[in-house]
Amino acid sequence: MSESTFDPYAFPKSHLLGIEGLSPLDITLLLDRADEFVELNRSVGGKLDTLAGRTVMNLFFEASTRTRTSFELAGKRLGADVINMSVSTSSIKKGETLIDTAMTLNAMHPDVLVVRHGSSGAVKLLSEKVNCAVINAGDGRHEHPTQALLDALTIRRRRGHLDGLQVAICGDILHSRVARSNIHLLNTMGARVRLIAPKTLLPIEAERLGTEVFYDMKAGLKDCDIVMMLRLQTERMKTNFFPTVREYYHFFGLDYAKLEAAKPDALIMHPGPMNRGVEIASDVADDIGRSAIREQVEMGVAVRMACLEVLSLKLAHEKPSADILFGEADA
Amino acid sequence: MIHSPGSSPKEAHGRTAYVNAHLIDPATGLDAAPSHGGGVLTDGEFIAEVGADLFKDGVPEDAAIVDCQGKYLSPGLVDIRIQISGKDFTNVGASAVAGGVTTAVCLPNTQPVIDDRSVVEFVARAARKAGLVKIYPYGAMTKGLKGKELAEMGLLTESGAVAFTDGNKATANARTMAQAMSYASTFGLMIVQHPEEPALAEEGVMNESETATRLGLTGIPKEAELIIIERDLRLAQMTGGRLHFAHVSTAESLDLIRAAKDKGISVTCDTAPPYFALNETAVGDYRTFAKLSPPLRSEADREAIVEGLKDGTIDAIASDHTPKSEDMKRLPFADAADGGLGMETLLAITLELVHNGHLSLMEALGLITHHPADLLGLDAGHLKPGGAADFIVFDDQRGWKVSEDGLHSKAKNTPFDGRPVQGRVLKTVIDGRMVFDLDA
Repeated sequence: MSESTFDPYAFPKSHLLGIEGLSPLDITLLLDRADEFVELNRSVGGKLDTLAGRTVMNLFFEASTRTRTSFELAGKRLGADVINMSVSTSSIKKGETLIDTAMTLNAMHPDVLVVRHGSSGAVKLLSEKVNCAVINAGDGRHEHPTQALLDALTIRRRRGHLDGLQVAICGDILHSRVARSNIHLLNTMGARVRLIAPKTLLPIEAERLGTEVFYDMKAGLKDCDIVMMLRLQTERMKTNFFPTVREYYHFFGLDYAKLEAAKPDALIMHPGPMNRGVEIASDVADDIGRSAIREQVEMGVAVRMACLEVLSLKLAHEKPSADILFGEADA
Repeated sequence: MIHSPGSSPKEAHGRTAYVNAHLIDPATGLDAAPSHGGGVLTDGEFIAEVGADLFKDGVPEDAAIVDCQGKYLSPGLVDIRIQISGKDFTNVGASAVAGGVTTAVCLPNTQPVIDDRSVVEFVARAARKAGLVKIYPYGAMTKGLKGKELAEMGLLTESGAVAFTDGNKATANARTMAQAMSYASTFGLMIVQHPEEPALAEEGVMNESETATRLGLTGIPKEAELIIIERDLRLAQMTGGRLHFAHVSTAESLDLIRAAKDKGISVTCDTAPPYFALNETAVGDYRTFAKLSPPLRSEADREAIVEGLKDGTIDAIASDHTPKSEDMKRLPFADAADGGLGMETLLAITLELVHNGHLSLMEALGLITHHPADLLGLDAGHLKPGGAADFIVFDDQRGWKVSEDGLHSKAKNTPFDGRPVQGRVLKTVIDGRMVFDLDA
């Protein structure tokens, strides 16, 4: 990778809190770098020491297997020490210890904190209280930037470009941080975004984010290049967003009949974990020719490597003492 | 600085002449420049004389002299919606007098709830002991503010409750509300409503809008406010009850109330400074100081609130003073407490209406002095010989910046944090005692 023109200092942010606010250049920088890591990850023993001596902490206030593992692997492939912390939300009052936890971890001098929290804006709040780089691994229904980046990388590798593509995002948009990050990224990169969902699962004024809204799958999927399905987040729902799963699947579940409306080579994506038979039919999900779902997981590691690298290479080499940290945090 | 008399309030003795003042009193229309030699003469706790040329032949020899340096002297501000956190009446008082508030009415959502006459008496006693602002309590409309059984409104009134409300909650049960209004009207009492349909607002943390969608926050639709206003206007008509809506925040709320007033329904309303000075963009990047109840609305709503103040649909401005500790605000937005400080910025933000050319100084001051006092039948908000010597001296031009350091309240949660404002209270006099003197 010696011929790479990658320059981490070209990335203007010290944290990655969301896609909103990133420029096409910032996104391209991360995607190009991630693309280089894909080959590395496919080779046996492919490992770098770029982040040797750096510490990455995964701080998850919400349960996660995929994203956490993906970040862990990404950190290790770059030679960083990776520590996982799961903070159970049941044992503490929501949010109560967020700042305290941040201060405690900050005193241990991590270089990068990877944070997931159930409350929108919580990761930003935490980033204001620590001295290290912070990556948002999902905050409430706000943003999940690395998911959008890995989706973009998947699309770009399959289609060669993002601009001009017609992308449909279908399902539980209301509760989805994945949808928000993808809407921002795809719009920034020149793709066109459609949202397809029942009205109860669409946030208000969703079209103001730069989308076209459809309530009918066939109409919305017509001539689409990419079909992104979302998981129904029943854990975030109280009653009456839809009557029954049976009815939901009938109208909004992706099966071959509805998929006919899209382009014949339309790519099918899902951020996982899937509810088979709820938002997507099993045979569609497993269609090797059209489904990119497993590839998305692979791209996830590469994209997270790029994010970890770009943020940690910008960090100073000297670390302030814990006293100074607390002094600043109190100010 | 604040001159708290501590545990044993000193009474004011003797006569004091407030000279060289620009007298302004919306209750009487008095507006007299200092060149005429006007002023106020106090005797003990009371105003002895007020006049546009009171001191033209000199000041009485036995009177102490306070030079107002040509600044405005007006009645003390009357704030009909504050919350008291804990039992810290001294802290509330410090915040009040620094903001020029001489009379305040507190919500019943104290600990314990003001739903029993003993609590009404406790509040009155504690406030008297702190010796700063005069505090009157609202009584709970229902026991424990639970929206089910009526509180003893008659007895609470005898003990000093000035009107009835469930504080920051509207009862979802229309029958309970109808009964409360009907029963209260037996005694000629007013019900004050926080108009927000609880089920529709449930889990909501800011105005339902594009901003909420972007931030991934659950919205509170304006319909939550409109539904309760529409319902309660019907109930007011049905029962003949006297109804007051607190802190109205949407354009359509005013349309409804304006129409109801035209029909002769006995309804009034107030708003709070955030709703005519800020809009939902103040939430910005999850600023919890801008998390209020009702939520900050759209710019069109804000403009409509200004119009409502101009055309008289809105009867008064109340500060909605709600101190919240850092621990309750320094949280993820959805988990943070609602509410912001209000008393210390009440005058300055209200004066923005004057500086921006929406209201005259007389009109603006009326909305924070005699209008709110009249709504609740309080003997306050006017300069009257024989009345309590409660007044302020203020400079309508003096600029300052709202910041943590400058606030007297222990909690610092002002939605106006960092805002440059124009207009400042210089002196606050309560019962003839100077309890606040900015430049002392």
